[in-house]
Amino acid sequence: MALQDVSQDVGQPKVAIFNDPKVRGWVYQVVLLVAIVYLVYAGVQNMFANLAAQNIASGFGFIGRNAGFAISQSLLEYSQAESSYGKVYMVGLLNTVSIAFIGVILATVMGFIIGISRLSHNFVVRSVATIYVETFRNIPLLLHIFIWYFGVLRLLPQPKDSANLGLLGLLNNRGWFAPKPIPQELFFLTAAAFVVGIVLTFVISRWARQRQGKTGQQFPTFFAGLGLIIGLPFVIFLISGLPLVFDYPVAGAFRPKGGMTVIPEFMAMLLALSSYTAAFIAEIVRAGILAVDKGQTEASHALGLRSGPTLRLVIIPQAMRVIIPPLTSQYLNLTKNSSLAVAIAYPDLVSVFAGTALNQTGQAVEILGMTMLTYLGLSLLTSAFMNWYNARMALVER
Amino acid sequence: MADSANNTSVSFVREDMLEESAAPSSSVGLVHWLRENLFSNWFNSVLTLLVIYILYVIIPPLINFAFVESIWSGTNREVCATEAQGGVRPDGWFGACWAYTDAYFNQFIYGRYPDAEQWRVNIVFVMFFGGLAPLLVPSVPFKQANIIFLSIVFPVATFILLTGGNLHYTGFLLPDAVMEPSAIRFWIDYVILTLVVLAIGLGIARGTHSDPLPTLKTVLGLMGGLAIILVIFEIPFGLQTIETDRWGGLLVTLVIAITGIAVSLPIGIALALGRRSNMPIVKLFSVVFIEFWRGVPLITVLFMSSVMLPLFLPEGVHFDKLLRALIGVALFSAAYMAEVVRGGLQAIPKGQYEGAMALGLGFGQMMRMIILPQALTLVIPGIVNTFIGLFKDTTLVLIIGLFDFLGQIQSSFTDPTWASPVQQTTGYMFAAFVYFCFCFGMSRYSAYMERRLDTGHRS
Repeated sequence: MALQDVSQDVGQPKVAIFNDPKVRGWVYQVVLLVAIVYLVYAGVQNMFANLAAQNIASGFGFIGRNAGFAISQSLLEYSQAESSYGKVYMVGLLNTVSIAFIGVILATVMGFIIGISRLSHNFVVRSVATIYVETFRNIPLLLHIFIWYFGVLRLLPQPKDSANLGLLGLLNNRGWFAPKPIPQELFFLTAAAFVVGIVLTFVISRWARQRQGKTGQQFPTFFAGLGLIIGLPFVIFLISGLPLVFDYPVAGAFRPKGGMTVIPEFMAMLLALSSYTAAFIAEIVRAGILAVDKGQTEASHALGLRSGPTLRLVIIPQAMRVIIPPLTSQYLNLTKNSSLAVAIAYPDLVSVFAGTALNQTGQAVEILGMTMLTYLGLSLLTSAFMNWYNARMALVER
Repeated sequence: MADSANNTSVSFVREDMLEESAAPSSSVGLVHWLRENLFSNWFNSVLTLLVIYILYVIIPPLINFAFVESIWSGTNREVCATEAQGGVRPDGWFGACWAYTDAYFNQFIYGRYPDAEQWRVNIVFVMFFGGLAPLLVPSVPFKQANIIFLSIVFPVATFILLTGGNLHYTGFLLPDAVMEPSAIRFWIDYVILTLVVLAIGLGIARGTHSDPLPTLKTVLGLMGGLAIILVIFEIPFGLQTIETDRWGGLLVTLVIAITGIAVSLPIGIALALGRRSNMPIVKLFSVVFIEFWRGVPLITVLFMSSVMLPLFLPEGVHFDKLLRALIGVALFSAAYMAEVVRGGLQAIPKGQYEGAMALGLGFGQMMRMIILPQALTLVIPGIVNTFIGLFKDTTLVLIIGLFDFLGQIQSSFTDPTWASPVQQTTGYMFAAFVYFCFCFGMSRYSAYMERRLDTGHRS
């Protein structure tokens, strides 16, 4: 097929039609297409026959019907008596997205710290980071989840003698009962100050960069930003008379009353996912930093930069170009791995929709199709975003 | 001048070497090492002390639990429970119950495979590791014979040993009206199929005016070989048939991981070639297939193969649970394998392709003899890494109700004979240890191959 037919130049010898690479190529493709179409057709025929034989309905009519089961964690209003399967899907999707989002942030922070620690000159820090990476990535994620859920969180005290974390609320084997912030009337001022702080920081950092480009003078953008984003809202918060009340949970014989609950399934999933993925991210970060030429470090030391600024201004920006593509696939892995939640019944998409809802309706094709397409969509979205980010970070060459 | 040069008794040049003096005490020995590595500045010192404190909090209780306080022998839960829990240990005791893992060890390895038949599994393990070890060491000769053993002899023997063999064929082509289902009908069908394939092959050979003899040999060789294997499966060896729902433990883990990787390698190669092909339909199909499987979680694939797959099969065809999981795992890992192989194909310089074409090799010959041997050698570390991932992912089959190694441990927690507060912790510790040994060993091998294959050339 890939052979070039040079025989024309020599005159036209008689070539059998089957030896023509183009014809061959089309024959192969037509055969493949016919095979696929036949398989799909036969599969769908069988499916309808089987569904009819088992008296299972088909179509998406079930989405509007009442689901009638309870979900232990929901970011939307969900009630067992009224909510439909469509609502179940949304609740599950939001739970998946929330655990993936928080997990990605935690895993990135941990991964960068451990990855940089692996290159530390400090022997103890380096060895501990290495041991962490080797242990955590060589044990299956499902086992991590089981260990956190059954091995650690189950050993927490009973609700009646909950551990008191002081300002952070209560901790027992039913979950973490955090104080619930209830904003009062004037709280909007603080929120507005926060937004203003972010906008001002953007403006200042632009201005500072331009000024540094022109005059070479530096401006402490970081501290100015910190003051504007944290300090300004805090001052406004104090001035407007502390317009935020916390609803503290009160320990009882069963569940503590009040506050907001973080269920143990969520904590176990989050701890397992982020500590497991952090080990992989650490390796990516290490490889990225090692990929930056040693001459860069030496040159920046020669220019008088100390090791902190060297890492921050010279090494990391260059390492990021190597780090981002594999980092993307780790984020995707974390999102897909969050589906293991079904093993400990954290109500994510697979657990409530492809699990409970599927068992109740029996409509495997529709439900699994929706679930798989959702994950596919999440994966494509994440990789599209990371590709955009990668294009921004990529080396601009002449 | 000449006078002083000859006078050797007055010399300003030292003729013997001075003894080396010892290095200053601050730059040698333990103190220097500590200062340089652990306490070079205040930040490092704080970090060192912090890490040492964390280690102090974690390590001694762990050693205490696993070795010091642990119980190594016993017959039931009493040895591993405190007096308050109805056992013999003093209150406040907290140690690993290795007696429990010892009692369950057989089940962790073989699942519910009958005791009397476990020698069959042992032979399979010995054959596998005996066949694999010489393959992994690059300096051992007879690689080709080794590969033939592992790819043909071993799977056939394993199938017969594990399931019991003695299959009954009923035919697949002729309708029931023509002939009753029987082994004879199967073999008639088989001969018809062989003749059809042969006719197509000869037709092509005739159409291309090439020598029909090689085609004849290939077709007869392949169909004959397949027939021999099918006959072997049919022979009653007198082995007891053991259904796959009695398999479990490490056996299932290894069966899924190894079958998955073995099946996914050829599919992955085909997909990788398809993705780099110039034919639009083939390319599109490969890209969609690969990206679809890589975009969905394995657990949904397993759900699909266990719930949805039976719906697509014609009536009367039933796959057992293990086979369905195997199909899902194989398709899933084929997509990942395709990307690994594609990396290898891309790393082969264009000159190799052009050289092969210039020699007049066809596509198949070029791939088989020039490109794939180089590309696959390059991606051995990648293949091993995919295998490690797959090995860890086999734990997911416990969610669809198969008892792999972790599933077997998980299910042992329901046994009241050994129920105690330390049972789960012990079981998980054991599982973590076993998985760690397998995966760490493989990752070391992969790193070794990477170093070996790294020729130092960078493009």
